[in-house]
Amino acid sequence: MTTNSGDNGDRPAALVIGGGIAGIQAALDIADAGFKVYLVERSPSVGGRMSQLDKTFPTLDCSACILTPKMVDVGRHANIELLTYSEVTEVSGQAGGFHAVIKQKPRYVDITKCRGCGLCAEACRLSGRVISEFNAGISRRAAIYVPFPQAVPLVYTVDPEACVYLTRGVCGKTFKCKDACDAGAIDLTQTEQYLGIDVNAIVVATGFDVFDPKGKPEFGYGVYPEVITTLEFERMASASGPTAGKISINGHAPRKVVFIQCVGSRDRSLGLPNCSRVCCMAVAKQAHLAHDRLPGAEITVFYMDVRAFGKGFEEFYDRVREEGVLYRRGNPSEINRCGEYVVVRAEDTLLGEPVEVEADLVVLAVGMLPRYDAESVANLLHLELSTDGYFRETHPKLQTVESGIPGVFLAGCCQGPKDIPDTVAHAKAAASAALISLARTGVCHATN
Amino acid sequence: MLQIESRQFSKEHGLFACIQCGKCTGGCPMALKTKLNPRMLIYRMLVAGDGFNLEGREELWDCTTCSTCYSRCPKQVNPMEAVIALRSAIVEKGRVHPNVKTALESTFRHGNPLTMPREDRGKWVEDLEVKRMADGAEYLYFVGCSPSYDPRVQHVARAIVRLFQQGGVDFGILAEEESCCGSEVRRLGEAGLFEMIAEENQELFKGVGAGKLFTTSPHCFNTFKNDYPGNGIQVQHYTQVLAGLVEQRALEFSKKVEKTVTYHDPCYLGKHNNIFDEPRDVLRGIPGVKLVEMDRSRQKSLCCEGGGGRMWLEGTNPGTRLAQWRVQEALDTGADILATACPFCLVTLDEAVKHLNAQDRLRVMDVAEIAVQAL
Repeated sequence: MTTNSGDNGDRPAALVIGGGIAGIQAALDIADAGFKVYLVERSPSVGGRMSQLDKTFPTLDCSACILTPKMVDVGRHANIELLTYSEVTEVSGQAGGFHAVIKQKPRYVDITKCRGCGLCAEACRLSGRVISEFNAGISRRAAIYVPFPQAVPLVYTVDPEACVYLTRGVCGKTFKCKDACDAGAIDLTQTEQYLGIDVNAIVVATGFDVFDPKGKPEFGYGVYPEVITTLEFERMASASGPTAGKISINGHAPRKVVFIQCVGSRDRSLGLPNCSRVCCMAVAKQAHLAHDRLPGAEITVFYMDVRAFGKGFEEFYDRVREEGVLYRRGNPSEINRCGEYVVVRAEDTLLGEPVEVEADLVVLAVGMLPRYDAESVANLLHLELSTDGYFRETHPKLQTVESGIPGVFLAGCCQGPKDIPDTVAHAKAAASAALISLARTGVCHATN
Repeated sequence: MLQIESRQFSKEHGLFACIQCGKCTGGCPMALKTKLNPRMLIYRMLVAGDGFNLEGREELWDCTTCSTCYSRCPKQVNPMEAVIALRSAIVEKGRVHPNVKTALESTFRHGNPLTMPREDRGKWVEDLEVKRMADGAEYLYFVGCSPSYDPRVQHVARAIVRLFQQGGVDFGILAEEESCCGSEVRRLGEAGLFEMIAEENQELFKGVGAGKLFTTSPHCFNTFKNDYPGNGIQVQHYTQVLAGLVEQRALEFSKKVEKTVTYHDPCYLGKHNNIFDEPRDVLRGIPGVKLVEMDRSRQKSLCCEGGGGRMWLEGTNPGTRLAQWRVQEALDTGADILATACPFCLVTLDEAVKHLNAQDRLRVMDVAEIAVQAL
């Protein structure tokens, strides 16, 4: 095991764990204030969940258009050391003096040589055969890949779970990716590297997972191709996504679209009692997109309560209804097959009658949940978990970025579900709290 | 007036947790064709103040106790149990439907709801060599009422005996000593009689030293497992034991059954107890069987309408029984055999096949009856 040491250049430094919008914002604020930041992201690129979205509610800004500049900024900021495809494996010490060990996973690509041209991916024998996580499974990539075209850093990574050579030890007579790469960047002999760093504050921005609707088998997700999640819809609706924004199921444009709210939220039976906060507006936005992209389609939203509490949210909900999107009160109970359609069974509780609604596209508004490995991250940093499984804050109103461990701060959805504006505000608050600790460390330095 | 103190009732049954989402009614197989609306029933109780009148609420007898409502509820409210408790309030006031009265009286007097003599309970087994539990055995085979008396369902019990003897299972039965498990009694609202039955059965099981028990019916299985107070007895449905025999190769099938089979999940095995795989494992283990699934299977299985006392009741129900829809779904799969693992499902589905004149296309059989053909 090789352990290198990070160089802070004689300044107090912060570690930011997680490279989604929360981690990006916190890193930028701390770095802009003149301190050193190590931004650690376990996937090959920064960007997180926000990079998967097409438009953002309620203003319909293109998500990539507002996020990409920030991603580029963290990539080239003089004070930020970006460590993608890396994980924090050890943390010791206390506020003002933490030591952390970062595992840098082998990309099998030399990032100083890779120019991101993609010839390797075209040549890969698994090209078009590996499920793309970024596109929520609706498209396929090669075993050597960038998750999406705007990735930062724009360098290729070999997927060790898919690569024929890495899983079976041979890949034909020659390596097709290596042959295709004229920069000589591919290096299948790379091994894990460890980096030891000394930091004075830590910001945890590890985000959330999305509910897998197979946990509600009555909806037939994974059985009926017509039943998809909001994340899949988002990738399908995205102009830069795999279908170039074309919404298509079984090879044709849907005529009858049903959205179902609260799938994996507000559900005690699944141990997920909390409201995910974003789904009401995400569905309103997607219903608008469906109305926009599928002229003449019937669009129905089944809901229990519409929670449109943010700035401009209620107005957007009004707009979507006035466009002709039908809101029906009742949360569907099951989906069955009926010929070429699926049938959504619900009670329209305002009519007080059971109803069966035919659909050729059903979108399940899947809720947010704590990261599957939140507990191990909590153990690493000695954090506590709330009863809902998210990281516990010191005070639910007055100290939502403090973690209970001095010097360790929480940013974004790792503390609980948030929409983008709330996440950014929370991340800026976490950065501010971290900056107080860093500034104090600086003062101590000066007076010593 | 059949007035209940609805505030107290709502609190005891956790109805204040209801958010009126309608998942219960949207999934209820009876709501589409009767006046039963579990969501609205709960709401009416909540807004009734402290007095809710049960007079004229005939739809309470429409519930098949399939538990779809409870399995879908995001707040873990149990509308089915609330309906059972409301039935109890009606029964307590002596307002019992004549058909139900007969079934309940028969259970009280003869230990079965079928008005059959108690002493005839072991007749089905007279030509078979089956151990009595009192002589000591590892398992108690609790046969149940319809498998003991109904000639159609006796076939199932005989098949189970043959399969288990072949598989080397050491089991005994109670024969004339056996008495109704009380499942339907409880679901018809006769809470007092159920308590009495449960106490007597507990003593009986203790007396014969039963440590493990399996049943023919998912209804008996469920009630022993979930309604009886804890007694340390390991309760299984026969398909669970049978799946074990097949898996461990204690039971070898030597003949082929070249049939396409679709399996109907009984509510009390599936939705109530999450047993979906074992009956399918047995069917898959039979050489020649091709297992196909109906669209509504497992958690989405459509109730046959035989539970919750519906074997004796009509409620506000119009003609078409759910079983007829179910048989149509089975016919759509092109299966030769509609398999199930519940005496009530077997009888109701059988009737539906006759009603639809589909006897030449589809046979309704219990999993045990199919398995025994492969021996």
